[in-house]
Amino acid sequence: MLHFLGLLFDGLAYGTLLFLISVGLSVTLGLMGFINLAHGVFAMLGGYLLVLLMGRFGIGFLAALPIIFVLVALVSLVLERTLYRPLYKSTHLDQVLLTVGIIFVAVAGATYFWGPGQQPINIPGWMNGQLAVGGLELSRYRLFLMALGAAITLGLVFGLERTRFGAKVRASVERPRTAEAMGIPVERVFQITFALGSGLAGLGGALGVEVLGLDPNFPLKYLVYFLLIVVVGGPGSIIGTLSAALLLGVADTAGKYYIPQTGAFLIYVMMIVLLLMFPHGLLGRRKSI
Amino acid sequence: MNARGRTDPKPHYLLALAAQERWSRYEIAFWLALIAVYFLFPDNLMLAAQILITGLFAVSLDLILGYAGIVTLGHAAFFGLGAYTAGLLTTVGYTEPVLGLLAAGAVAGAFGYLTSFLVLRGRDMSRLMITLGLGLLLHELANEATNLTGGVDGLQGMVAGRVLGLFDFDLYGKTAYFYVLTVCFLIFAVVRALMTAPYGLSLRSIRENPQRAVAIGIPIRARLTNIYTFAAVIAGISGALLTQTTQFVALDVFSFERSADLLIILLVGGTATLYGGFIGAAVFLLAQNWLSTLNAQYWLFWLGILLIVTTRYMRSGVLGGLKNLSHLATRRRHGSRA
Amino acid sequence: MKPMLQTTDLCKSFGGLKVTQSVNLSLEAGARHALIGPNGAGKTTLINQLTGVLRPSSGAIWLDGEDITALPPYKRARRGLARTFQINSLFPHLTPLEAVTAVICEREQGNLSLLDRRFFKLTRRRKEIDEAHALLERLNLADDCQRQTRELAYGKQRLLEMALALALRPKVLLLDEPAAGVPEGESDELLAVLAELPQEISILLIEHDMSLVFRFAQRITVLVSGAELVSGTPAEIAGDPRVQEVYLGKHHD
Repeated sequence: MLHFLGLLFDGLAYGTLLFLISVGLSVTLGLMGFINLAHGVFAMLGGYLLVLLMGRFGIGFLAALPIIFVLVALVSLVLERTLYRPLYKSTHLDQVLLTVGIIFVAVAGATYFWGPGQQPINIPGWMNGQLAVGGLELSRYRLFLMALGAAITLGLVFGLERTRFGAKVRASVERPRTAEAMGIPVERVFQITFALGSGLAGLGGALGVEVLGLDPNFPLKYLVYFLLIVVVGGPGSIIGTLSAALLLGVADTAGKYYIPQTGAFLIYVMMIVLLLMFPHGLLGRRKSI
Repeated sequence: MNARGRTDPKPHYLLALAAQERWSRYEIAFWLALIAVYFLFPDNLMLAAQILITGLFAVSLDLILGYAGIVTLGHAAFFGLGAYTAGLLTTVGYTEPVLGLLAAGAVAGAFGYLTSFLVLRGRDMSRLMITLGLGLLLHELANEATNLTGGVDGLQGMVAGRVLGLFDFDLYGKTAYFYVLTVCFLIFAVVRALMTAPYGLSLRSIRENPQRAVAIGIPIRARLTNIYTFAAVIAGISGALLTQTTQFVALDVFSFERSADLLIILLVGGTATLYGGFIGAAVFLLAQNWLSTLNAQYWLFWLGILLIVTTRYMRSGVLGGLKNLSHLATRRRHGSRA
Repeated sequence: MKPMLQTTDLCKSFGGLKVTQSVNLSLEAGARHALIGPNGAGKTTLINQLTGVLRPSSGAIWLDGEDITALPPYKRARRGLARTFQINSLFPHLTPLEAVTAVICEREQGNLSLLDRRFFKLTRRRKEIDEAHALLERLNLADDCQRQTRELAYGKQRLLEMALALALRPKVLLLDEPAAGVPEGESDELLAVLAELPQEISILLIEHDMSLVFRFAQRITVLVSGAELVSGTPAEIAGDPRVQEVYLGKHHD
């Protein structure tokens, strides 16, 4: 039982990371119907920025995180302006090709600068080690992850439900045409949420170096996870994305522990089965947040 | 008086249709040129065979993407199934290559038929996800089933049989090239016949306007299942050809990159043009051959740049130009879109 | 005489919204029947149920004595229920000759061998192509039959709409606002074509243009809020106070 709780804990921490990375993709898809296969690139960029900031510039772990968020958001803004925007009204095939192209360039670039291997980082000492909670040995780092994840989720939900900007985002996801007609600048709203979402992905990628690992194949390796979470969670839904991410995190962790020989196989089967069972996402057809 | 000996003169409206169906001199030149390659580039026959195999694979993608309008990210699944089927068959004693092709086509086709129901259910996004998922699933299966596939080391114990019990594969790829060319031509001829038959017309109707296609009595679902399965058969045969000519199968036959590359190849060559797949494959593999001598990572980089630039700037530029060229090559000026 | 097309107590609702309420239509062989009603009366929903795009909530649809309520759209087309579309729904990159030939080959597919359908050139279907050309000729489209559909003038495209439906040799033809968008000057050609449609086909015409309806129809059904308000001959309908109220009421909105 204790053992199972331990697994559950690890799975939830893992799921939290997946959520941080995927939530931006969920909004991209929900808002513009844009198929962005390259979303993992932003997470990878966050990871490498962390390596760079801590290793080269000697910036502390915690101080690096907000810098990474801002930098990745800025990079994504540039990409949105130059590459993504012209293809909003294009076919899905064009969007797929563009974003696969971005993945290829990113993979080649990362290999060029950092080599093909895994990147190690040193998290601060106080985050290392375990914390004993009622007989359970819980990793301090994962506890930190979950606390941060919970805070960000609350912030997102609050921001969407209570702020003017959040109202605009909800309106744009729900009824893009009506929102446009009511004078909400949907493209501008999208641009900002895109940057925020990419920044969060960068943050997730940085936090994930310790858990998910970091190598040039990151955007491809986790592509299915991100897509699965978004599609199962229902595009544009924060709570849906969170549930899907946690579910996947726990299922994947448990699967790897109890039936290791299946490898990633289980995830792919899950993806296909869930897609067939819930073609409109776990929470049904509604696109609401 | 015409060759068939019919007595009635063909009415004018039949002539244009007939011109579209006839093998044009460009097409004949295309296939003759492929024979000439054998004599002109005796040192590069293996590469030439690879181009043909990839071209055939791209033609199979063209059937579902170009002619039926189904977006897929997992076409390598069929290629890989065919490749492993052909390889495995030789390890249990059935070494004759043509038999291998048939088995590969059958296995890939069966998988295509069964999965077509999953794929055709949804719209673009879920089609992408399902095909991607199925492709990765098979990749992972092949990776895990090391007893069967040899895992990352590649399939062990393959035997090269004689084609039809007569022709040995040689080191220079002479037999391989003619074998591949013959298979490609025969399959291409079948595809071409399908596309110029009433069947092809119905596929074009579906792609042009599914709503109307239903209203005139075309069973869309059945026809798409049918062409999807057929494309899977061809992809399986291409995979088998690769195994047989290189005497090697490894996991990369199932890779995502193979599916993605194929999309690029087809788009560079032009969709729904019959020859686009071959032309794209030639451009792509020659460029890859040239650029990857520099560095494998550079190749990926340039490929990415190519993708970004084509989708962003050249929808009607270079790509359109190539398309128009291949249109000119495949169709007579009359009735062409250019 | 037994009806060619019949609906019995046809109902359709979306949630609580009843868009079709116990509609009982009946078209005899060779009927010229018009369906009119203000916007939002449920004409399009009714058409979609007849063609099979929508499943009715209850009730049944009969075609030539057979229950077709559960048949998918393409099977209804094959059994002789054809339709045209209010907004042109054509094949932009096919020529009219190709498009009509496609319909005929599909109709005749039961009589063609697998080889004929799949592997033998289209031009071997000489009979089908000739029939297509003859049909196009009848609809004044012969001169344009080799150009791509998207290049045709709007009026010609309207005629092609009709040609695609007629090529099915339908028992019943649903005309969804055939005159929609056709300018006054070009509508004569269309009217002439309508007048010359084969007598044996039963036609259900959905149309806003009242002059066309009254010239064409032998019977008229007025649909209001998804339910039949009244059915009758053009003279009866013209004199019915309820119909006048519906249409006058609309004007005073």
